Amino acid sequence: MTTPIDELLRGSLDHCVKCTICETACPVAAATPLFPGPKYAGPQAERYRVADEPSVEWSVDYCSGCGICTQVCPQGVKIAEINAQARNKLKNQKGVPLRDRIITRPTWLGRLGTPAAPIANWSLTFKPARLLGEKLLKVHRDAAAPEFAGRRFSTWARKRTSPATGRKVVYFHNCGTEYYEPWEGEKLVAILEHNGFEVVVPKQDCCGLPLQSSGLFGDARKVVLRLAKALAPHVRDDDTVIVGNATSCTLMLKREAREILGLEDDPDLRLVSERTYDICEFLLELHDRGELKTDFKPIDETIAYHAPCQQQGHWIGKPALELLALVPGLKVAEMDARCCGIAGTYGLKAEKYDIAMAVGANLFEQIASSGADAVACDSETCRWQITHATKQPSVHPIDFLHRAYGLDGAA
Amino acid sequence: MSPRTPELHYDAVVIGAGTAGMTAAARLAEGGARVCVLAKGVGSTHLAPGTIDVLGYAPDRVEEPEGALPGFIAEHPDHPYALIGAEAIAPALQWFAERVEAGPLPGYRYVGGLDRNHLLPTAVGVMRPSALVPETMAGGDERAREAVCVVGMRPLRDFHAALCAANLSRNGPSARAVEAAVEVDRADVNSLGLARRFDDPAWRAAFAAKLAPLVRTEERVALPAVLGLRDPHGAWEDLQQRLGRAVFEIPTLPPSVPGMRLFEILKAALRAARGRLVLGAEVIGADRAGGRIEAVRTHASGHDVHYHARWFVLATGGFASGAISIASDWTAHENALDLPLRGFPAPGQPRFVADYFAEQPMARTGVAVDGSLRAEGAENVFVAGASLPGSLPWKEGSGDGIALASGHKVAQAVLDAEATSKLRTPA
Repeated sequence: MTTPIDELLRGSLDHCVKCTICETACPVAAATPLFPGPKYAGPQAERYRVADEPSVEWSVDYCSGCGICTQVCPQGVKIAEINAQARNKLKNQKGVPLRDRIITRPTWLGRLGTPAAPIANWSLTFKPARLLGEKLLKVHRDAAAPEFAGRRFSTWARKRTSPATGRKVVYFHNCGTEYYEPWEGEKLVAILEHNGFEVVVPKQDCCGLPLQSSGLFGDARKVVLRLAKALAPHVRDDDTVIVGNATSCTLMLKREAREILGLEDDPDLRLVSERTYDICEFLLELHDRGELKTDFKPIDETIAYHAPCQQQGHWIGKPALELLALVPGLKVAEMDARCCGIAGTYGLKAEKYDIAMAVGANLFEQIASSGADAVACDSETCRWQITHATKQPSVHPIDFLHRAYGLDGAA
Repeated sequence: MSPRTPELHYDAVVIGAGTAGMTAAARLAEGGARVCVLAKGVGSTHLAPGTIDVLGYAPDRVEEPEGALPGFIAEHPDHPYALIGAEAIAPALQWFAERVEAGPLPGYRYVGGLDRNHLLPTAVGVMRPSALVPETMAGGDERAREAVCVVGMRPLRDFHAALCAANLSRNGPSARAVEAAVEVDRADVNSLGLARRFDDPAWRAAFAAKLAPLVRTEERVALPAVLGLRDPHGAWEDLQQRLGRAVFEIPTLPPSVPGMRLFEILKAALRAARGRLVLGAEVIGADRAGGRIEAVRTHASGHDVHYHARWFVLATGGFASGAISIASDWTAHENALDLPLRGFPAPGQPRFVADYFAEQPMARTGVAVDGSLRAEGAENVFVAGASLPGSLPWKEGSGDGIALASGHKVAQAVLDAEATSKLRTPA
C-alpha cells in the first residue's frame, strides 16, 4: 500500500542528481566501510527495494539516522527518511533483537530504574554486570549509560503550581529529563517563569523516537500518537506553544513522526507538530521580539558548544549560540564537527559502539583542544556520549542562562 | 486569527550558500551587519573544481583576463561583468585570497590573478584557463614544460590517469600514466574518501614510498585533487618533499575536495564575523509590501519561520540548482521570491537549437536586475552569482568570477546603503 507520504518520500528520489553532497556530510560513512554512504544506501539502493519483496540491501542498518544527509541536500531529497523506512523493512524481515525492544523503551527502563536507582546505577558501573549485558543483550560494555536520578521530573512538577500570568507555555519534558536529568526540566521551568510564563506540564510519555530509529515503526506510531493526544488539548487556542529541551524528541514531534512514520493525517499530531518549539528557538525568538529578560550576571568561563545532528534537523540554525552570546563574559567556542556518534541508541549497541566513537572522534579532539571548562549541547544522549568520551562535564545550553539569571541561588 | 509563526529580524538575509551567497554574507558580516544565510542545502562549491575562473573564453581562449574584460564588457552590455564593473573584480579576488590565507587551512593559499590565466589540466587532460587557483594545483600549468606523470589509483574510479595522460600528451607536455597501489578498506572510494586518507600523515608516507619508484626524475607528479581536507597544504608539501618533485592536483568529478575546502574557508570567514548560517531552510516565499520584501519564509521542521530584514541577497543559482524552473506551460519562475526573470525566450520564439554545445536560447536566463544588481520590482533585494542573467558561465569560464565579484559587490552596496540611512537618521 502506498500512502501520500510514501509518494512524498519516494517521489523526492526523482530530484536526486547524484551530486554526492550527502556523501560528503555523512559522519558514519566517514568512519566505517560498513556503511557505504547515504546516496548509495538511499537514492541508489532504493531501486532494488521493491514493495512486498525482500530487501537485498543490508548496509542501511549501519545508518545512524542522524539526518544530516537530508539537511545538506540542495535538491530536497528525503534521504534520511527513505533510509529510515528501508531500515524498518529490514527489521521486519530480519527480526528485531531483544535488545532493541528493551533499550528503545525509556519509559519501562525509567520506571524500573528510578525506585532502584542506587542498585541500577551501581550495576551500570559494575564491570561484570556490563559484560553480562553485552553478552546477553548486545549493549556495549563501555557505552555511555546515564545514571538514574532516583526521582522523576513529573513528580516535582505535580507538586508545584506555576504562577498564572496569562501567558502560558506547555512543557514537553522528554524521558531524559523525566528519569535522568530532572534538574534540566526544573531549570527550564525557572527560566520560563522568570520571563513571565506560566508553565503547564501535562501528563505525558515517550515520543517513540528510540523505537522509530531502531526500525520498530508499529510501536513507535502507537507511542507518538499517545503523546500527541496528551499534548494537543493544551494548544487548541491560537497562541500557546509547546517547548522541549530534547532536540531529538522535539524533532520527532515536529517532523520525523509525520514523515518517517507516515502519520501526516493525524490531526492531533499535526497540531502538536506545528506548535512544538525547541527551547532555544523559543527563547531566541522571544529575544528578537524584545521580550526576553536580559538581566544576566557575567559568567567568566570558556565553553565549547556542539549542535547535535537532530538539532540541526530542525532547520533553524543554532539559536543556542546567539542566546549564549547574550551572557556577559561567557566565551563560547563553536565546535565544527558533525556528530558525536551516539545518535540516540546507536552508539549503545555492541556492534556499533566502536563506529560511534570513531564518528565522534573529531568532535572529541576539538573539545579537548578548545581549552573549554565545560561543553554545552542541546541533546541529552549526545551530552552523555561527550562526557563519556572526553571526561568533560556537559550540560544543556540553558544551564548557562539559568546561572546567568541567578536562578541557581548562587550569589 | 492565525496561530503565531516565529519571526526573526536581521539587517540582511542572504539566500543561498554557494560561493556568491557565502561571499556576500561574510563580507556583510565583516562590515558590521547582522547577517543570516538561509539555504536549502550545501551549494555549488562541492561540485566545482574550487578554482576561480574569471574569463576563460571570449570566445577565443583568454590569456589575460584583465586585458580582455573591457572589450568583453563592451560587447556584452547585459553581462553580469558589465553591471559589476571590471574594476570591481580585482578587489573581490583580493578579498577572497586574504580570507583563504586567514582561513582554517594552515598555509593553504590561492595564486594568480587577473593578469594572466593559468592553464590547468582537467581530469580528462584538457587545458582549462583559470585566473585564481589553489597553490596545490598551480604546478599543472601547461607553460611549465616538464613532463608529467599522472598518478591513478585503482579504487578511485572517477579518475582515469591513462586517459588524462594521453590527452595531455596530444597538445601539451609529454605525459604518461602510472598506477599507485593504495590501501583502502572498501572496493571503491571517491575523491573525498581518498582525501580523508591523505589527511593521515602515516598513510601518506606509505603512499609516497610506494609511488616514489614509479616516478622519473624529470617529471612533475599529477594527482587527482585528493590531498586532504584538514591540512592540504601540509599534505602537498609533505608529498613534494618525500617524492623530491613538484606535485600538483587535478580537479576530479564531484565530490570536489578543493570545493569543500573553499566552502570551509568561506564558512569560517562568516563565522569569524559572527554571521549565521541556517542549512536545510528552504525559502518558500516572501512577505511583500509594495516594492519591498519585508520578510522571507522558510520551511523549517514543523512550522514556517519568517526572517525579516532590511536587505536581501538572492544567490540561489539558476536552472542547474533548481532555483529557476520551467512549468509545464513553458513559463519560467524564480522559486524563492517569485522575482521577474530576464532572458527567457518569449512565447513563439525558439527554445532550443539543435547543436547541443551551441548557445541555447534560454541559457542566459536569470533574475531581472538593474544596473546596480537590484532585482526588478523589489528595491531591497540584490542578486548575485548564477541567479544573474546574461552570462554563459560554462562556455565563458566565468562562473566563479561572477559569483565572487557579484557577491562582493552586492555586500558593498548594502553596506553603503546602510551607512547612508544611518547618516540620515542618527541613532
